[in-house]
Amino acid sequence: MKRKITFMLNGSPVAVETDPSRRAVDVLREDLGLTGTKEGCGSGECGACSILVDDVVKLSCIMTAAQLEGRKIVTIEGVGQGGELHPVQRSFVELGAIQCGFCTPGMVVAAVGFLKGNPDPTREEIRAGISGNICRCTGYEKIIDAVEDAAAKIRGGRSGG
Amino acid sequence: MKEGERHFLDGPRLDAFSKVTGRERYAADEYAGEFFWVGAKRALVPHARLFAVHTSRAAAHPGIVRVLTSRDVGGSNRLGIVRNHQPVLVDEVIRHAGDPVALVVARSREALREALALITFDHEPLPGVFDPDEALKEGAPRIHEDNEEGNLVRAVRVRRGDPDEAFRDCDVVVEGVFETPRQEHAYLETETGWAFVDENGELVIIASTQTPYRDRKEIAAALGLGINSVRVIAPYLGGAFGGKDGITVQCLVGLAALNTGGVPVKMWWDRRESFLAGMKRLPARMHYRLGANKDGTFEALSCRLYYDAGPYAGLTGEIMAMGAEHAGSAYRVPNVNIEGYCVHTNNTLGGPFRGFGVPQSTAGMEQVVSMAAGKLGMDPLEIRRINALRAGDRNCVGVELNYSTGFSECIDRLAEHPLWKDREAWKASAPAWKKRGCGVGCMAHAIGYPALIPDEANARVELTQNGAIRVYSGVSDMGQGNAGTYLRIAGEVLNQDPATMEIVQPDTDHDLPSGTSSASRTTYTFGNAVIQAALSLREVILRAGARSLGVEGIDSVEMIPGAVRIKGSTRQMALRDLAAFIDAGSRSCKGHFRTPYDESTLAIMYLGTHVLFSFGAHLARIEVDTLTGRIDVVDYVAVTDAGRVLNRPVYDQQVQGSIAQGIGFAIMEDYVVKDGRHETEDLATYIVPTSLDVPDMVSVAVEPDETTGPFGMKGIGEVVISGCLPAIANALHDACGVRITRLPLTPERVLSALTGKGEKE
Repeated sequence: MKRKITFMLNGSPVAVETDPSRRAVDVLREDLGLTGTKEGCGSGECGACSILVDDVVKLSCIMTAAQLEGRKIVTIEGVGQGGELHPVQRSFVELGAIQCGFCTPGMVVAAVGFLKGNPDPTREEIRAGISGNICRCTGYEKIIDAVEDAAAKIRGGRSGG
Repeated sequence: MKEGERHFLDGPRLDAFSKVTGRERYAADEYAGEFFWVGAKRALVPHARLFAVHTSRAAAHPGIVRVLTSRDVGGSNRLGIVRNHQPVLVDEVIRHAGDPVALVVARSREALREALALITFDHEPLPGVFDPDEALKEGAPRIHEDNEEGNLVRAVRVRRGDPDEAFRDCDVVVEGVFETPRQEHAYLETETGWAFVDENGELVIIASTQTPYRDRKEIAAALGLGINSVRVIAPYLGGAFGGKDGITVQCLVGLAALNTGGVPVKMWWDRRESFLAGMKRLPARMHYRLGANKDGTFEALSCRLYYDAGPYAGLTGEIMAMGAEHAGSAYRVPNVNIEGYCVHTNNTLGGPFRGFGVPQSTAGMEQVVSMAAGKLGMDPLEIRRINALRAGDRNCVGVELNYSTGFSECIDRLAEHPLWKDREAWKASAPAWKKRGCGVGCMAHAIGYPALIPDEANARVELTQNGAIRVYSGVSDMGQGNAGTYLRIAGEVLNQDPATMEIVQPDTDHDLPSGTSSASRTTYTFGNAVIQAALSLREVILRAGARSLGVEGIDSVEMIPGAVRIKGSTRQMALRDLAAFIDAGSRSCKGHFRTPYDESTLAIMYLGTHVLFSFGAHLARIEVDTLTGRIDVVDYVAVTDAGRVLNRPVYDQQVQGSIAQGIGFAIMEDYVVKDGRHETEDLATYIVPTSLDVPDMVSVAVEPDETTGPFGMKGIGEVVISGCLPAIANALHDACGVRITRLPLTPERVLSALTGKGEKE
């Protein structure tokens, strides 16, 4: 049975009338038109559907619509602010961390979430931090380069005010 | 273009912004207003005669629009590239667990799932055949009754010199039987498509496909439509690696769309369906025997290759032939007997996967090469160096190398790399319970199609009414970045900033048949066509510019970003103004290119051979945990000759991505099928490398100028993957003295071998 579910989505309040047992990824993609969040496995193995739920990385393919209720949700469409790319996005572009791009939204979201909790990571910590996200194209090296670079950008941005 | 005059080839990928913001629209992202979901009922039995499909309960479900069976297919109901024998929907015989027996069109995902469960079918199980050796035996169950050669898809044989005599005279002979696993592509975007019948009655299919032009022919024939009534559009793909080289969802969404009264339909296989019904790399069993003289020179090679095609031919015979053509890797061997067999089984659908048959045979050859080095007490790079193919040599099937051949330079560059030179010290400092080893693997990989199949491309470059440069791509971009590279190539020729240019993705309505996004050809072949088109457009623009600026002849003017200018002057005319002075037909220029081929090679083997190759030499440094059997790839060096590098990050993306897939192929990826039942179901049971499994990699580019290539390049998409498995297997032998001939080198197999319970050399 349908129910009204309200939550903050990329900074704005939204209300969706839907069956609360539907998958969060389907609500985002089909009802809200936010197709940036991808589905790669449907079982929580690949990370392509990563979103931020109250600043924590979660997998929207194994979340229900009901679990969105009252939460602060950020999808790839809300990662940058005011039309600017997020430093993680900039680093992904500059350092060639993108190939087919299907893992990219989830990978960016995972990296953003990871850097919130660990703003000055070692390369090995980055490897572990994004290991829940599968990329079949890049071999990860440039993604790790990009996350390392983004961390420096974010720290630089902070210290520079 | 002269050296040092590159302006626009370098720079970040032009598709990066739309992808990093989630705005890029893949086939999976099509949803528009009212649409229906489409799903297939899969057989889940490996071999059976189908009598009846019961659809009435599903059809009565309130959420169901239509249930379709083979009776609803208007055309031949057969798919195929070389042989047309794969049913769109099974009508007589089920030949593998993933075969579809019915198609459901539903108003929602939920209704689709429920209705699929309500479909039943009557069938009589047939004895199956699950191993190529068994399949070739007299009396084996036949998978295609009408195949005169039983279960054989195709056989090839190449014989040169007198291998029997030569083996008798060799100082050392090494041999082994090697088995490589069934590898799943595991692209992140599973097979998906969107279809509708437009207002003109044309069937439009937007699909995640590497092959829009070839698909159109197959769809039209199978569904009984005129070829001009089918339009296929290929947006950026979310990965493919060969697994979307051909029909996946296209005929199913097409069939559904013909039965909805104009409502669009969407099909998106979930991961399990993708695994069940999608193509896999052909598993291979390879008998290798190599003979060498005391000085290390190779004298004789004998190999028998058996590739498991699965139930339908698809491109499997061609994949095996390509493996056979490369069976001697990149070495001179004067006496050769190569036999290749591609064989039907009731296992999974076999198909292209990065490397197209070469990673299998290279795995065999490069291991016997290292075994020969070991037996002779030679350095594994030295034995490769002295046998390395050079320009003018003949390769293992007898083709003279008349194009750029930088293989020996690859070996030299690897030999001088610090990670090679300091290997003994590194090995000696292994921590407790760990053993370290270093292994080498080399390879060659052909560019384009074999001689019999014209490898052609048709490009269009246009000056739009608004003065922008637009490139129409005829070859899908599955993630390798060729679309952006086409813009950079056109930008380089036209002296325009690619960031201001437009790309149009492949669409059969644009009539630019250009072959497939495969065969390490996408940039080489189509890039050359782009150069031709851009040169023609350049002349059109310069001529119009000269006329408008009131000067004689096109030599007085030049193109600068956004404008045409009189040379040595500041007088110029913006392209957007100039566009109005050129009629639409002239503003759009076509370019054509055909990849070099040699007709005389048709005598060598099926389809003839290739003439142009990329090469490489690899080093893997691994650490083996003697308590768990786990292999860690600690360092990896890939030296590659793929001609000149157009764009370094894009080039290295291909190198690094190939190494990651190669590491997976070598140590973890194994799609298990027992008696036709899939024991691997999803990404929880099919393990692909994560960021924790792939080291930082060293990519060294040897850059001979390939004069036939666009800006001197050759294909880089596939060559690298073939070196990984043998480099790692050779490293394991170096570390522990064991050679496990059945791949991948899982911890269980390694541990069994280390404790003396498993397979050994």
